[in-house]
Amino acid sequence: MLLKLWRNKETRSVIIQIVTIALLFAFFAYIINNAVLNLQALGKTFSFDFLKEPASYDINQALIEYTSRSSHARAMLVGILNTALVAVCGIVTATVVGFLLGVIRLSSNWLAARLVYVFIEFTRNVPVLLHILLIHGIIVHFLPLPKQAINVADALFLSNRGVYAPRPEFLDGFVYTTVAFVVAVIGAVLFRRWAKKVQEATGKIYPVFSICLGVVVVLPLVVFLLSGSPLTWEMPKMGRFNLQGGVVMLPEFLALWLALSLYTSAFISEIVRSGIMAISKGQWEAAGALGIRRNRTLQLVIIPQALRVIIPPLASQYLNLTKNSSLAIAIGYMDIVATIGGITLMQTGKEMETMIIVLLIYLSFSLVISAFMNWYNKRIALVER
Amino acid sequence: MLKRASFAVAAVAAVSIASGAQAGTLDDVKARGILHCIVNTGLPGFSFTDANGRWSGFDADMCRSVAAAVLGDGEKVKFIPATGKTRFTLLNSKEGDVIFRNTTWTFVRDVDVKLTFIHTTYYDGQGFIIRKSKGVKSAKELDGATVCIQTGTTTELNLADFFRANKIKYTPVPIEDSSEARKNYLADRCDAYTTDASGLAATRATFEKPSDHVILPEIISKEPLGPVVRHGDNQWEDIVRWAVFALIQAEESGVTAANADQMAKSPPNPDVARLLGAEGDLGSMLGLDKAWALRAIKAQGNYGEIFERNVGPKTPIGLERGLNALYTNGGLQYAPPFR
Repeated sequence: MLLKLWRNKETRSVIIQIVTIALLFAFFAYIINNAVLNLQALGKTFSFDFLKEPASYDINQALIEYTSRSSHARAMLVGILNTALVAVCGIVTATVVGFLLGVIRLSSNWLAARLVYVFIEFTRNVPVLLHILLIHGIIVHFLPLPKQAINVADALFLSNRGVYAPRPEFLDGFVYTTVAFVVAVIGAVLFRRWAKKVQEATGKIYPVFSICLGVVVVLPLVVFLLSGSPLTWEMPKMGRFNLQGGVVMLPEFLALWLALSLYTSAFISEIVRSGIMAISKGQWEAAGALGIRRNRTLQLVIIPQALRVIIPPLASQYLNLTKNSSLAIAIGYMDIVATIGGITLMQTGKEMETMIIVLLIYLSFSLVISAFMNWYNKRIALVER
Repeated sequence: MLKRASFAVAAVAAVSIASGAQAGTLDDVKARGILHCIVNTGLPGFSFTDANGRWSGFDADMCRSVAAAVLGDGEKVKFIPATGKTRFTLLNSKEGDVIFRNTTWTFVRDVDVKLTFIHTTYYDGQGFIIRKSKGVKSAKELDGATVCIQTGTTTELNLADFFRANKIKYTPVPIEDSSEARKNYLADRCDAYTTDASGLAATRATFEKPSDHVILPEIISKEPLGPVVRHGDNQWEDIVRWAVFALIQAEESGVTAANADQMAKSPPNPDVARLLGAEGDLGSMLGLDKAWALRAIKAQGNYGEIFERNVGPKTPIGLERGLNALYTNGGLQYAPPFR
């Protein structure tokens, strides 16, 4: 009877699948049971109550209010925001730099293309951890002490304790400028839609980009000046040990951000290059034959098609960058791993619980990025009409 | 494909079951023939690799004494360097048999993290080191300063409490281990570096010009440092504890590495006779032989010898005995009676 079932191709495949699933469940049941037994043997409990206890440690970079009396949960939130900060900044910078490098690499200027080639090969063939340590080392060892900080036009102060910038202080009338900005943005969006309609109906093309940019910059600026420039800057001043006041970017943040951006940009530039190269020369020639100008061809014909090649591997790079940010631990940037997965773990001894939390957080970061990139990929996918 | 995957699952499951077997630490160590000892990645005077690539220091030597007591040879030690963050995980996952890594004994670690603290081998407290040129005389003047700190240690919590209690601000710079901390401090990434005072002295001794740096007078915490074993293995706990006590008792009784054999042959008093196994059989109660303590003492000397050789006043680190003197000399080191 069983043999008969086994000989049948369909039932055999069902049997194999059932057995596999049963084994898989047995495996997970075993490792979970193992964990529970070992925790019991050590006399440890499994609970997340520790999250409510005061964390008792300080964090040097917190985007939200945090003191050593705040809870472990709050410390975790600070860590999540710090990871998000470096991931978002890194993704933006890596994308911009990567696209620029990718385009330059294709340029007909021999020197520029070669220089970029050398940069890319150097950057992507050295482990990202070394980039992080190298940049951190450069900042800490070669930038001057806060007393001799390099003053860049009163806007940036470079020192080995971080880069300081003046902090904007908004006075009462600033709300008008904000309103003007919002109005300008809405106006620009409407104008763009209208211009598109006109173009589709009559073929008349407006310089949409320059007009939009003009409106978004000029309108708020005029309102800002009319309302009496309601904005002052709090300058960093030298205290006894450090520059005080202003906004500071710590060396750890800078090192991590720059290293992740440069490293990932090298990969992105190659993805961009492959995307552009994937579009056959015939597309350029066809657009040229229709009398479309070169920059319009790039904008309307080449890039939309190249993006379809670029987006899926680009999404992987974004995921890599976010996960690589956990190397923060090497230089002491206070991300999730350093806060909840590091100090909290050590102070409470809740290895299992904290590691589960860290794992889930990275997982959700990655899933959010994936979901967004999939949505975008679908949007730009070839629509057959 | 599916079938192959299921075989892989079965294989992994089988391996996990096999490695789940439990045994007493003493049996493990004896079967292995080598003691796995978790030490600091590099703290001069306590545990560091010297110019010849050999692990040395106060903690490393004590570890060799335990190995000598258990395995008969003080060199049968594998040193597992660990940071402040990895040490307990290494111990609890049985990568190591014992931690000899300037670890502070605290309530939570003892009770909730399920560790067993053996004895305070070094009474310490947390201090600050800072460049003389900064003109700071007291830790309370550190308002606005940047402070380097080893992350995952109790010092991190003490630091937060100290600044909070004194209502002054600081920027912590969390760092993985003491050599990184030293580098960052020397690069002036931080104004001050804080850790156990013994660690500060040890670190300062490695500076090019130690006299340019000053250890501030405030000691902001109690840091009882000592060896740690896993919770629940009482036999192993007793072995490590009494091996350490043997070193302390040896100093009190005047037994040294040089005269231990002599003393064992003709013990001056019954206390020494019992300690060195000439009388009674304390060793077998631990699951060891008679000469266990004799070997421990002969390996690296008694407590005082280990202290003087590694961190004492005549070394570059230059720590006084202070609280770590024997109780007979006004310190806190005191071994319960061997009987």
